[in-house]
Amino acid sequence: MSATAVHSLWTTAAEVEPIGSIPAPHIEYAQLAPVLIVVGAALVGILVEAFVPRRARYHTQLFLTVVALAAAFAAVVGLAAGGYATTKAQIAAMGAIAVDGPALFLQGTILLASVVAVFTFAERRLDPAGDGGRVDSFAAMAAAVPGSDQEKAAVKAGFTTTEVFPISLFAVAGMLVFPAANDLLTLFIALEVFSLPLYLLCALARRKRLLSQEAAVKYFLLGAFSSAFMLFGIALLYGYAGSVSYARIAEVVDGSVRTIDPALADTMGNDALLLVGGALLLMGLLFKVGAVPFHMWTPDVYQGAPTPVTGFMAAATKIAAFGALLRLLYVVLPGLAWDWRPVMWGVAVVTMLGGAIVAITQTDVKRLLAYSSIAHAGFILAGVIAMRPEGISSVLFYLLAYSFVTIGAFAVVTLVRDAGGEATHLSKWAGLGRRSPLVAAVFAVFLLAFAGIPLTSGFTGKFAVFKAAAEGGAGALVVVGVISSAIAAFFYIRVIVLMFFSEPKPEGPTVAVPSPLTMTTIGVGVAVTLVLGVAPQYFLDLAGQAGVFVR
Amino acid sequence: MENLIALLVAAPLLGAVVLLLGGRRLDGTGHLLGTVLAAASFVVGAVLFADMLGKGAEERTLTSTLYSWIPVEGFQADVAFRLDQLSMTFVLLITGVGTLIHLYSIGYMEHDERRRRFFGYLNLFLAAMLLLVLADNYLLLYVGWEGVGLASYLLIGFWQHKPSAATAAKKAFLVNRVGDVGLSIAIMLMFTTFGTFAFGPVLSSVDGASEGTLTAIGLMLLLAACGKSAQVPLQSWLGDAMEGPTPVSALIHAATMVTAGVYLIVRSGAIFNAAPDAQLAVVIVGAVTLLFGAIVGCAKDDIKKALAGSTMSQIGYMVLAAGLGPIGYAFAIMHLVTHGFFKAGLFLGAGSVMHGMNDEVDMRRYGGLRRYMPVTFVTFGLGYLAIIGFPGLSGFWSKDKIIEAAFAYDDGVRGWIFGGVALLGAGITAFYMTRVMIMTFFGEKRWQPDAEGNPPHPHESPKSMTIPMIVLAFGSVFAGGFFAVGDRFVNWLAPVTEFEHPHPVISVPAITTATVVVLLAGAAVAWAMYGRRPVPVEAPRGSLLTRAARRDLYQDDVNHVVLVRGGEHLTRSLVYVDHTLVDGVVNGTAAGFGGLSGRLRRLQNGYARSYAVSMFGGAAILVAATLLMRAV
Repeated sequence: MSATAVHSLWTTAAEVEPIGSIPAPHIEYAQLAPVLIVVGAALVGILVEAFVPRRARYHTQLFLTVVALAAAFAAVVGLAAGGYATTKAQIAAMGAIAVDGPALFLQGTILLASVVAVFTFAERRLDPAGDGGRVDSFAAMAAAVPGSDQEKAAVKAGFTTTEVFPISLFAVAGMLVFPAANDLLTLFIALEVFSLPLYLLCALARRKRLLSQEAAVKYFLLGAFSSAFMLFGIALLYGYAGSVSYARIAEVVDGSVRTIDPALADTMGNDALLLVGGALLLMGLLFKVGAVPFHMWTPDVYQGAPTPVTGFMAAATKIAAFGALLRLLYVVLPGLAWDWRPVMWGVAVVTMLGGAIVAITQTDVKRLLAYSSIAHAGFILAGVIAMRPEGISSVLFYLLAYSFVTIGAFAVVTLVRDAGGEATHLSKWAGLGRRSPLVAAVFAVFLLAFAGIPLTSGFTGKFAVFKAAAEGGAGALVVVGVISSAIAAFFYIRVIVLMFFSEPKPEGPTVAVPSPLTMTTIGVGVAVTLVLGVAPQYFLDLAGQAGVFVR
Repeated sequence: MENLIALLVAAPLLGAVVLLLGGRRLDGTGHLLGTVLAAASFVVGAVLFADMLGKGAEERTLTSTLYSWIPVEGFQADVAFRLDQLSMTFVLLITGVGTLIHLYSIGYMEHDERRRRFFGYLNLFLAAMLLLVLADNYLLLYVGWEGVGLASYLLIGFWQHKPSAATAAKKAFLVNRVGDVGLSIAIMLMFTTFGTFAFGPVLSSVDGASEGTLTAIGLMLLLAACGKSAQVPLQSWLGDAMEGPTPVSALIHAATMVTAGVYLIVRSGAIFNAAPDAQLAVVIVGAVTLLFGAIVGCAKDDIKKALAGSTMSQIGYMVLAAGLGPIGYAFAIMHLVTHGFFKAGLFLGAGSVMHGMNDEVDMRRYGGLRRYMPVTFVTFGLGYLAIIGFPGLSGFWSKDKIIEAAFAYDDGVRGWIFGGVALLGAGITAFYMTRVMIMTFFGEKRWQPDAEGNPPHPHESPKSMTIPMIVLAFGSVFAGGFFAVGDRFVNWLAPVTEFEHPHPVISVPAITTATVVVLLAGAAVAWAMYGRRPVPVEAPRGSLLTRAARRDLYQDDVNHVVLVRGGEHLTRSLVYVDHTLVDGVVNGTAAGFGGLSGRLRRLQNGYARSYAVSMFGGAAILVAATLLMRAV
């Protein structure tokens, strides 16, 4: 046996690349700064709960939260000023998060709304001070069974749930990611990140705790239900496109990608998967914006949740969810517009009419505002359906206008109180204008803005979305929208009539004098409402500039 | 020079603003400020007048655009002024007579605690009236038109504590509203026809419009003129308007505002020239009113209401002349100016008499006042001679020309008819004015104590009142002759209004002779009835015609039956329809939505399981609908 023959039995291995570690993801920290700041502050907030003495927690948390939100807002403004909203728009974090005009505009709006909402969280002058000092509108000890001795002890000790601040920061972080999410998994994670803290917050009311807990459980159950649908939709879309990335799915929908993943050869490009998956995904988002027929949680949760939370939730959730909806429809599914537009058209019609009609017979202020928010979701959907750049910018503007009116209105609701806490039954609001003309006048301004009366932000916003819808060929939708606005005007104006032209009841509620925190919230709300109504051009231009998605 | 035009309006407007907003601090000096600003406006007018005289006849029109009022694509309205010979004439009349009446009011309103407000309103009136005659487009004219209406309303009702004054103000306002609707329709027609409101483009492009459109515009302008100038059928408010303070009656309801209708027709001459049917309507309205006012004036015992009838009648002459076209425009304006002098003088005289007689207005309770109020007597007498057209005085020159022009209308039957009416009117004018003169200044003293039992102590009025009367008397005597000699006035206006010499159906000397004979006859009848026989203090029952004339020829009754009662029926039926049909639909809709709301609300039952079912169903529908869309 020759050495050569022996030698031919084997060969030297080629120089193979060693099986390397997973390449490290490339993260653009600067572009993600707003989210990172808020998440970081939330984590610090947890540490504060653990290590800072109980007495100092309130002020530390409030300071931390406001500074974090302000810093995040500054980061958003910095990014926008740096051109990330227009020319330098890009996809960051390995394709997971988009940094573009709509994302930055909505993140800025969410942060501003959160700041004023956090002021109402921190309000401590409304509830009568207990033995342990002043208390806010959150439960003394959330884990204690309502009515138990443990609860009584906690109340007596003057405990407060300062955890609400980090919890709300987590929610804000999720909301910041939600409209910027650029793949379906990020979208889902963001949804859960902001939903879970909201379920918690809903359960934390200091008074009427059973109602509050019931609301939280309902919200949780139905939210989980809708998440399941949404996740199923995501799975189907993955089956269709072989990817969860927005850009990739859009390309498959367009037909510009022909390469087929062998593992998915049976399903990829199957339109049934696309249509069913898209519809289920839409359903998940429509649940969050409170569109009919996925709206039924809204009145119960709005009523049961602590009023400051309701205001925060009504404003910020709507902004985040509509942002995600816009991105999904404009970036992922524009190729499918012929399929989803008629469906969304129908949803918008029933949402506008349903919200407005059922609101007529409501007798509780918070439920009334809940149905009003449903009707407004319908109006915004009309702008979403426009499917043109004005549609995006009008929706952005509407969300900005709506969020401040909503938070302001719920802040006013916290002021009107009787012995049982907030007096939310409408009959108790009779004659409020005689007793507290200023508070009633401010509330009237908010109601007029909801009704879309000129010189308020509500009019400008409604005009913008209806104009976009009409130009987008949805004239009939605008007609329905105007009819719904007329119906809605009835119950808004009825409250004004009730406040100013009814005799006050002898044992009616009193209007508490709040601390400067709530005053700031209400003042900012009124100011934004009037400025956006009287001189909206700058903000319309801003929304117009921000109205281009990156893909 | 153009820049001064705005100052004409600005001065009294400033006065109005300061006096009405200034508060009680100005109570002591407000009337002086108002008078000075009126005079300032007159001085500016005089300066502009002197400047205008220095230019050639064709270069006298000044225009000045202050700013663009409503700059909209295809709808251009400017705040622009136009000062030509026609508006110059009005400016001098308005500011001149206006200033005199401001002066007079200082004395007349001395004891009124709301004198400052009164002068504020007077200044407001001046500003609005000047805006009316200076506007360069119909829209701005409309602003002035409404402005004088407002001032007139405020001043008629100035003593609003008297129900009669408040009612009279309301009546004037409502009747004027009817005319204003006419003006607004005319302006809208103009805009749709010509695409603009400006005088220049509208009046020069009349040829391009159909005669039917022009007739419609003309008739609407006539309706407007009827309202403002108290012409039949919108004449009923002027008599009641005498409830206002007498200086107001003199300035607004005799000399200036009520002539705005004549201005409107003359200014729009080009439209009427091209619409003969509208012109005929104008002539008929003028002729009917001149007789109507004269007859009413014969029977009134209230001195101001007698003069109001006379005003109506004299404006009838002007409207008649304005309807005659180029042969009449200049004479209409000339009579307007001379009438401004003598009628303002007569009203101020009447005010002076009332001032001395405890505010008594019933002439049956006057008598023999010539010895107690010599200045008033002389100035009133000169005004009297002027208005009846006594040869040589102002009224003679202007009214005679109108009668001549009326005889020249259409060279035939129409000339005879309208000339005859104008001539007859001159005779009646002489009758009722002689009656006023005799009952007031001659005969027995028939003075009665007033409501509190104080007997009157007639005395001459203070200087601030008599001086304006004297100045106006000069105008009453000399203005007409000055204007008429050498056709001065006609030549002055000719570049703006066009002018043709009238050719009456009978010779001019014959007409003049007839006029003089008729007026002497009228005066003689009056002297026979009131001068030779004592005048009873209580009014006798009188003939059928007298009783009718006392009730303004049943104008209010006609209005009541035709308009008020008809209107009430219409309103009642509309209310019925509104309650049953409209409210039914509205409330039905509301109830429907309410019911729907209640039913939908029941879906919200509070159970999370139901909500989940609803969501599930919704998701199923969503998916099914999406798939269905693809299938379709």
